[in-house]
Amino acid sequence: MSILVLAEHHDGALVGATAHAVAAAKQIAEAGGGDIDVLVAGENVGAIAEAAAQLDGVSRVRVADHAVYAHQLAEPLGALLAKLADDYSHLLAVGSTTGKNVLPRVAALKDVAQLSEIIAVESADTFKRPIYAGNAIATVQSDDALKVITVRATAFDAVADSGSAAIEAVDPSFTSAADNAQSTFVGEELAQSDRPELGAAKVVVSGGRGMGNGENFTLLDGIADKLGAAIGASRAAVDAGFVPNDMQVGQTGKIVAPELYIAVGISGAIQHLAGMKDSKVIVAINKDEEAPIFQVADYGLVGDLFDVLPELEQKL
Amino acid sequence: MKVLVAVKRVIDYNVKIRVKPDNSDVDLTNVKMAMNPFCEIAVEEAVRLKEKGVATEVVVATVGPKAAQEQLRTALALGADRAVHVETDERVESLGAAKALAKVVEEEQPGLVILGKQAIDTDNNQTGQMLAALCGLPQGTFASEVLIEGDKAQVTREVDGGLQTVSLTLPAIVTTDLRLNEPRYAKLPDIMKAKKKPMDVKTPADLGIEVASKVKLVKVESPAERQGGVKVGSVDELVDKLKNEAKVL
Ligand SMILES: Cc1cc2nc3c(=O)[nH]c(=O)nc-3n(C[C@H](O)[C@H](O)[C@H](O)COP(=O)(O)OP(=O)(O)OC[C@H]3O[C@@H](n4cnc5c(N)ncnc54)[C@H](O)[C@@H]3O)c2cc1C
Ligand SMILES: Nc1ncnc2c1ncn2[C@@H]1O[C@H](COP(=O)(O)O)[C@@H](O)[C@H]1O
Repeated sequence: MSILVLAEHHDGALVGATAHAVAAAKQIAEAGGGDIDVLVAGENVGAIAEAAAQLDGVSRVRVADHAVYAHQLAEPLGALLAKLADDYSHLLAVGSTTGKNVLPRVAALKDVAQLSEIIAVESADTFKRPIYAGNAIATVQSDDALKVITVRATAFDAVADSGSAAIEAVDPSFTSAADNAQSTFVGEELAQSDRPELGAAKVVVSGGRGMGNGENFTLLDGIADKLGAAIGASRAAVDAGFVPNDMQVGQTGKIVAPELYIAVGISGAIQHLAGMKDSKVIVAINKDEEAPIFQVADYGLVGDLFDVLPELEQKL
Repeated sequence: MKVLVAVKRVIDYNVKIRVKPDNSDVDLTNVKMAMNPFCEIAVEEAVRLKEKGVATEVVVATVGPKAAQEQLRTALALGADRAVHVETDERVESLGAAKALAKVVEEEQPGLVILGKQAIDTDNNQTGQMLAALCGLPQGTFASEVLIEGDKAQVTREVDGGLQTVSLTLPAIVTTDLRLNEPRYAKLPDIMKAKKKPMDVKTPADLGIEVASKVKLVKVESPAERQGGVKVGSVDELVDKLKNEAKVL
């Protein structure tokens, strides 16, 4: 039994969430024995492979360095993973938009189920995962010979950087299996930000519809600067066009679990809570004292955000 | 071009769910059910393609119990032309649904298939990708914009870092994200008309497949309740608590 973890990378760097997925793989390996391999697929990914080789618990990094994987399109990447999967009992990826895009494709190619966003490993075939926006936790067991799993990164502590795995190229004939005439990359518009990544930040400050407009989100900037925080948003704020979609926290946006989450002008709909209620400390700032967000907040401040935010920035 | 839309009957998104006392599953007795919100967006997109003259026919399909015909009727009222119901009382998850939908794709030969990105009950986010794999078709998941140009679909996708645009050869599979469009409401006359639109009912056996999920649901529990904390009276008090009590500053 061995485990293959798909490395998540972006802009030439390994994404931190990979170390969380490897942590889940380690728990599976401890429950059932077996080695952990990491697959790095992309173009010019040498440095990423080096970084992946340092992840504790990994015995081998397999590298598929080819233009066809440059944008991680699901068609070629899925075909590659389906080829490689025969050597493994478990295939894991981060529950990111990349992992969610490709892993179900691989599972169907192998005629097995896929388990989405596991939050705990009970044994090598039994896992916990949230359902109904996290309002219930299911324990699920799969008898499939290959278990295809995405991992909720916030539920597993990252492994250390103390490893030194071997790095090997995957059989180049496998890449020919990944010819892809059906889909082509056209372009991307990626958010530019000097702030920490939302999923990995220790502090997250999020604004909701109560912010009123996009300009007012600058009221969060000073606070985020002082706290080294990432800035998030509710869906209502994204829908209203205040901020871009990659800032959405929630059931159908990003899942965060920082040390400190500050919700400003957010009512606390279950779909929003699904994305942040595992934060260690939650602060809510809302002018409506009945807002449901106060039911999950450790510290609630009833007040107008336009008064509270400038004062908070000053006093931090 | 024919467009096929897959819709799922799920718990209404406003309902607060309860776990059964025996922890076998979530309790759905007498709970309000509805079309999965992402499927409403899928239906809307297909109907708009028809209104623009890009689609010639919109077929809507579901895999589920008899009651799921309610959601098919809703889709028909919203503008779909006819419905296919793959009827089963089994617990169907994404792979089973994808297998049934793959058969429908085989029969219907649509130029485009639109699904929701995620069903809000299982939160799986898998069926569209699986269907694409089973049919050997390209996929544009988490779409916030879909443009059909000749034999290609240009799909803008909501990804973690922002937006990605891909071009897919038709036929293709698309899954909807929240900002693709804003679904309309069904009008009463259309609801009446929908009752007369054709609905084809078949079983998984008719299609020669099995749809029951092989993943065993061992247990369903409520999550650890988060205890609400305190209200603070001022910004000073908040900063003090964060520093000295929570020690997060
Ligand atoms: C399928 C589906 C998926 C969804 N997924 C998500 C998701 O992933 N993430 C998400 O967030 N939502 C999601 N939603 C939407 C969710 O149901 C809510 O509509 C949304 O979270 C509400 O956002 P909000 O709290 O910013 O807005 P509102 O609910 O409108 O709340 C605004 C709050 O701001 C407060 N306020 C207003 N002015 C001020 C002021 N001056 N000072 C202080 N407070 C003020 C108000 O008291 C109010 O509580 C989803 C919905 C559906 C149907
Ligand atoms: N039983 C089903 N019948 C029809 N469509 C389904 C079914 N299950 C899932 N789907 C489609 O797949 C989408 C994503 O569901 P899932 O991948 O299961 O989260 C849904 O929004 C539907 O469009």
